[in-house]
Amino acid sequence: MRLRNLNMTLDYADDLKLFRSRQSKASLVALLALGLLLPVIVPDDFWLSVLVYAGIYAIGAIGLNLLTGFTGQVSLGHAFFVAAGSYTAVILGTQHGQPLLVWLPAAAVVGGIIGAIVGPFALRLRGNYLAVISLGLVFLGQHIANNWDSVTGGPGGTTVIAPVKLGPFDFAALELGGRSYTRYQSFFWLTWGLVALALIVSKNIVRSRPGRAMQAVRDRDVAAEVIGVSLARYKVGAFVISSALAAVCGALFGAFQLFVEPDSFGLFLSIQFIAMIIVGGVGTLFGSVIGAVFVGAVPQLVSRYSDSIPFIAQGAGGEGLTVFQLNQIIFGLLIVLFLVLEPRGLAAVWLRLKAYFRAWPFSY
Amino acid sequence: MTNFLQLCFAGLALGALYALVALGFVVIYKATGVINFAQGGLVLLGAYLTYNFRQTWGLPFFLCIPLAMIACALVGAAVERFVLRWMVGQPAFAVIMVTIGLLFVIEQIVTGVWGFDRLNMGDPWGIRAVELGDVVVAVKDIWTVVFAAAVMLAFFLFFRYSNLGVAMRATAFDQEAAIAQGISARRIFALSWAIAGAVATLAGVMLASGGGGVRPDIQYIALLAFPAIILGGLDSPAGAVVGGIIIGLTQTLTAGYQPTHFPELGTGFSAVMPYFVMIVILMVRPYGLFGTKEVRRV
Repeated sequence: MRLRNLNMTLDYADDLKLFRSRQSKASLVALLALGLLLPVIVPDDFWLSVLVYAGIYAIGAIGLNLLTGFTGQVSLGHAFFVAAGSYTAVILGTQHGQPLLVWLPAAAVVGGIIGAIVGPFALRLRGNYLAVISLGLVFLGQHIANNWDSVTGGPGGTTVIAPVKLGPFDFAALELGGRSYTRYQSFFWLTWGLVALALIVSKNIVRSRPGRAMQAVRDRDVAAEVIGVSLARYKVGAFVISSALAAVCGALFGAFQLFVEPDSFGLFLSIQFIAMIIVGGVGTLFGSVIGAVFVGAVPQLVSRYSDSIPFIAQGAGGEGLTVFQLNQIIFGLLIVLFLVLEPRGLAAVWLRLKAYFRAWPFSY
Repeated sequence: MTNFLQLCFAGLALGALYALVALGFVVIYKATGVINFAQGGLVLLGAYLTYNFRQTWGLPFFLCIPLAMIACALVGAAVERFVLRWMVGQPAFAVIMVTIGLLFVIEQIVTGVWGFDRLNMGDPWGIRAVELGDVVVAVKDIWTVVFAAAVMLAFFLFFRYSNLGVAMRATAFDQEAAIAQGISARRIFALSWAIAGAVATLAGVMLASGGGGVRPDIQYIALLAFPAIILGGLDSPAGAVVGGIIIGLTQTLTAGYQPTHFPELGTGFSAVMPYFVMIVILMVRPYGLFGTKEVRRV
């Protein structure tokens, strides 16, 4: 019998395993249990809404990480795909009253199709030029959103009443075993269930052949092409998956918030997604989730606890910084500090901690 | 015809503004290989500093501009020294994000100090206009073109004849070879940011003068200037000018004719049009009109 050792990889297949040890399986089960129980333990609406938004963002961040972190295609256009998902939910959910099982997959498909249209641009343009083109996409998207009144409601925005019923479970107000749960609790399960699904799908992509091809493209696209990786297939493929996930994120965002306006899909949203993967860790899937929770939660926590933070103006016209300004500064500093001091993000911090304790007391 | 000429001159003035912003981008990109998203923040800072010198301290306007340019140049150099220098050798994407982070910080510091209100710059031009034949031209627009032309001339002379300018070109061309010749790459990097800060100030002043007022929105000019620099090629000062003028003309002509001729494209289409032009041109020439084609090695 082969000795299983966490610090040692004996053959290549070990590297590709979904679970590398019994411990990682156990910790996953623990994490799942925590996810299932959390809304019951902490039924507070504020905390649950913070976590629901974080989960929604996490889905989009996983998508962006597949594209930027694993395939190396810098995109400032993520907000465009998120908007596509939101407005798919508006058309199918609100206007046609279709159920969750229609509008959510449809959002993914629409996102994927738009990704397939945009993707080929990445074949012609690289690096900085691609980043600026994708920036143009955001402005184009906002222009459409501002003018397509029948769907988007123009600059004023529109309400989203997308039904969230899945078989016997209505996630607007879940009832299980005679107990009823609030909308926040129900949405928590729905969102994080989908995060788990997105993680499994993405993990399987990155640990298998397409994932290796994507990383080869990221590391050196010419070299990848030379050894037989089809750039067209994997660059466009990465765009398709990434924008499909972004669209799912957008659809959920609309369904949870009940309202979307064109301004929510500006450049700032794209930058937020990039900040999430930077803070979490570029090129790691669980980093996207950590980053989404972190970047999603900080502004809400700051505005909630602004009373206890010094130098913050109370109400309008007071002396000092407003909560909004403080949040923007924190946001900007987070990006700068992480990139300068910890470019591999919180995921690297976590891995370092884990490695330290695994080998404890023999740190090396 | 009068209308067309009118639009063309407005386009030229707008293009000159874009060219000023774009030159700042290009100088930094050429010397350090960084796309500086914080350029809009420098534009903003420059305009507010000028306002501060003019209105709060009461200095004469034409003294305020050089003062603000110097101050903003120092800020630019400081940003390079204390932030960007840590990013040397990091992937382009990471460097872009650092400058975006800086943009957020600069923007909030500026609005924290001066507030969100529209402030009067106190420029001597105001909303005055002169008539050239049938065409009415804002005095501010004429000055914008004059300043832009002066900056271009200064750029040309500087890069052609001054030792420092030649050193900058050498560094941009081949960093290692330049260092081997005794050129300090650090000084060149700091200098490029300083120049970008100074040019950004000029752009900010022209944007905020002529009745526009100093306001936080003026930083968005930097985002609108992106099509101009990309169009011209990221590393070509001449391209920045040509790109700026093309984009300026495109934008004003679209604003002038699209609402009557193609109303179905929606309101505010002129703001998006530059991006269309940019995408089309990039599809044909992926490194812009005058940009250097990247040599790709395995």
